[in-house]
Amino acid sequence: MAWPEGKDIKIVTKNFGVPGSNKISVYMSRGGWQVFNKALAQEPAALIEEVKKSNLRGRGGAGFPTGMKWSFLPKDAPTTYLVVNADESEPGTCKDRELLALDPHLLLEGMLISSYAIGCKHAYIYIRGEMMREAQIVQNAIDEAYDAGFLGKPLQVAGGKTFKLDITLHRGAGAYICGEETGLLNSLEGKRGWPRMKPPFPAIKGLFDAPTAVNNVETIMNLPEIISKGAEYFAKIGMNRSGGTRIVCVSGHVNMPGVYELPIGIPFRELVFDVCGGIPNGRKFKGLIPGGSSMPPLDESELDVPVEFDALMTDPRIKDVEIKPGVPFDLGGGRRLKTMAGSGGVVVFDDSTDVVRLCARIMQFYAHESCGQCTPCREGSGWLARVCKRVASGEGRPGDVELMANVAGGIAGNTICALGDATAWPMLGFLTKFRADFEAKIRKVA
Amino acid sequence: MALEFNEQTKQHVDRILSRYPNKQAALIPVLHVCQEEFGHLSEEVVDLVSRTLSVPHAHIHGVVTFYTMLHEKKVGRHELMVCTNISCMLKGGYDILEHLEKRLGIKRGETTDDGGFTLIEEECLAACANAPMMICGSEYFLDLTPQKVDEILVRLGSVGSDSGSARPRRATPIPRKA
Ligand SMILES: Cc1cc2nc3c(=O)[nH]c(=O)nc-3n(C[C@H](O)[C@H](O)[C@H](O)COP(=O)(O)O)c2cc1C
Ligand code: SF4
Ligand code: FES
Repeated sequence: MAWPEGKDIKIVTKNFGVPGSNKISVYMSRGGWQVFNKALAQEPAALIEEVKKSNLRGRGGAGFPTGMKWSFLPKDAPTTYLVVNADESEPGTCKDRELLALDPHLLLEGMLISSYAIGCKHAYIYIRGEMMREAQIVQNAIDEAYDAGFLGKPLQVAGGKTFKLDITLHRGAGAYICGEETGLLNSLEGKRGWPRMKPPFPAIKGLFDAPTAVNNVETIMNLPEIISKGAEYFAKIGMNRSGGTRIVCVSGHVNMPGVYELPIGIPFRELVFDVCGGIPNGRKFKGLIPGGSSMPPLDESELDVPVEFDALMTDPRIKDVEIKPGVPFDLGGGRRLKTMAGSGGVVVFDDSTDVVRLCARIMQFYAHESCGQCTPCREGSGWLARVCKRVASGEGRPGDVELMANVAGGIAGNTICALGDATAWPMLGFLTKFRADFEAKIRKVA
Repeated sequence: MALEFNEQTKQHVDRILSRYPNKQAALIPVLHVCQEEFGHLSEEVVDLVSRTLSVPHAHIHGVVTFYTMLHEKKVGRHELMVCTNISCMLKGGYDILEHLEKRLGIKRGETTDDGGFTLIEEECLAACANAPMMICGSEYFLDLTPQKVDEILVRLGSVGSDSGSARPRRATPIPRKA
């Protein structure tokens, strides 16, 4: 692990706390809108290579390597799109909203660099409908960037050519499933936000049938730093094949909840007990959700694992999620499920927490947000919400634990989009890590 | 006579249209504008949108019913959306919701008789580190306590009275012409 500038290194939140940080004048006085020229002087293919080398991985949920995603877009397509996913609505996640409000120009400069790399002439930002204030701030920033000539005007690029980018802000209208990238594309086309069957992947057939890269806000905001300081520098911050910093949003039972930018690789224990000041009211730690409500939780014995994409999926210190005691859940091909870094939303709960009720609230959420296209997700999420709720309220029946595990096992891997997994995984995770809590509730009834 | 846009809104809609390669893609932004202009998406409004964008009524209905922020019926002047998802629940989000039910004399999902407030139980609103929280229009109310909620109600227009500021009219930013 190498943290060249220590743990205080800031990339995407470097302008937080500066008065007027969302104004173009302030952004430029801090070195902003000065990096893109360096990117535009290179060939697009070289830029994509640079992003690959940086080990930048998607901050939206799946942690997919960004440079690799971009390299899937055909090089000769007449039209391609970049769509920034600013739909942030995974429970426990509250970073993109702050990034949009406090540094919209960093996003726009990152979009200019990214669009040039993939040959996109008109990029869209899909912002969650409820974020009205943030939409106004981002639109003001877009207007300022047009007035300054960074958008809407031809810019000189490598090989004596020119490149012109337009950016449009598009407001959603309230539907969690529009955060899923193909649901988002349908919504942007003026349809219901139903996820699409894959393949074809958006990189081949995305927005308006053209090759499309969908990326999270935070992902794109890293681009200026990668270009200005170089891929190697960026890759060195962080660990394994995950470069840079990560924003973690810590909420729930900690003394100092907040949105923290940290080098990738900080152990959870340090995050909870040092960065966030530990558990309030003299209570003890019980567990945490490591990356938004769709990820299996961790218990006290698993806290030494670092906040890093691959570690959370493979570290032997994390128990396998089980379908029944002693039987690991099979993700396909014998792959085991541990957990994932997800969206960066860390939700901490203390020993006074009714974890069954917590899990039931998560199931209620996914049942509510299922778009209903796939039977396992539509019916299964409803079942899980009802059964988990009855167990939580002390009306559980013998066999309910096995019933929930079976229903969850029937959803995972059998749906069009990952919302199905997002329902099944935490259910199985809570049953694996906190089985005694479920059984105690049912025993009381019996 | 069929409903029409006024001159200013017409220009606004034209600007939106110029940002997309086809008219249907402008549907949700145009519906936002209509909802701000006309309050809710009545049959006449849907008809106007259908004529303007050449999109069938049935498609628009499908879209309006899919998204929680689009309303076919009138809602209160202030829509209070209280988050009860996990981070908020752990910090007392349900207590806040119940407190509001008591103060407003309505249940979640209902509107006060004077049309002043609609109370909605919401999913995560991306402010989890400041739980419990709620939003009203474009305003976020963070780190709530029952006392804070009481102060907010007074500021928004005291419960039961008809005063208080209206919903923000221009929530949808006007885009540039492409
Ligand atoms: C149900 C569901 C909801 C999602 N919601 C979001 C979201 O709100 N924001 C986001 O950036 N990604 C979300 N994603 C992930 C996106 O599908 C996509 O992977 C991501 O935007 C890609 O960007 P990245 O590679 O930069 O992470 C969601 C995925 C699923 C399955
Ligand atoms: S998995 Fe669920 S949310 Fe995703 S497409 Fe199927 S029904 Fe819809
Ligand atoms: S859980 Fe309430 S704002 Fe996220």
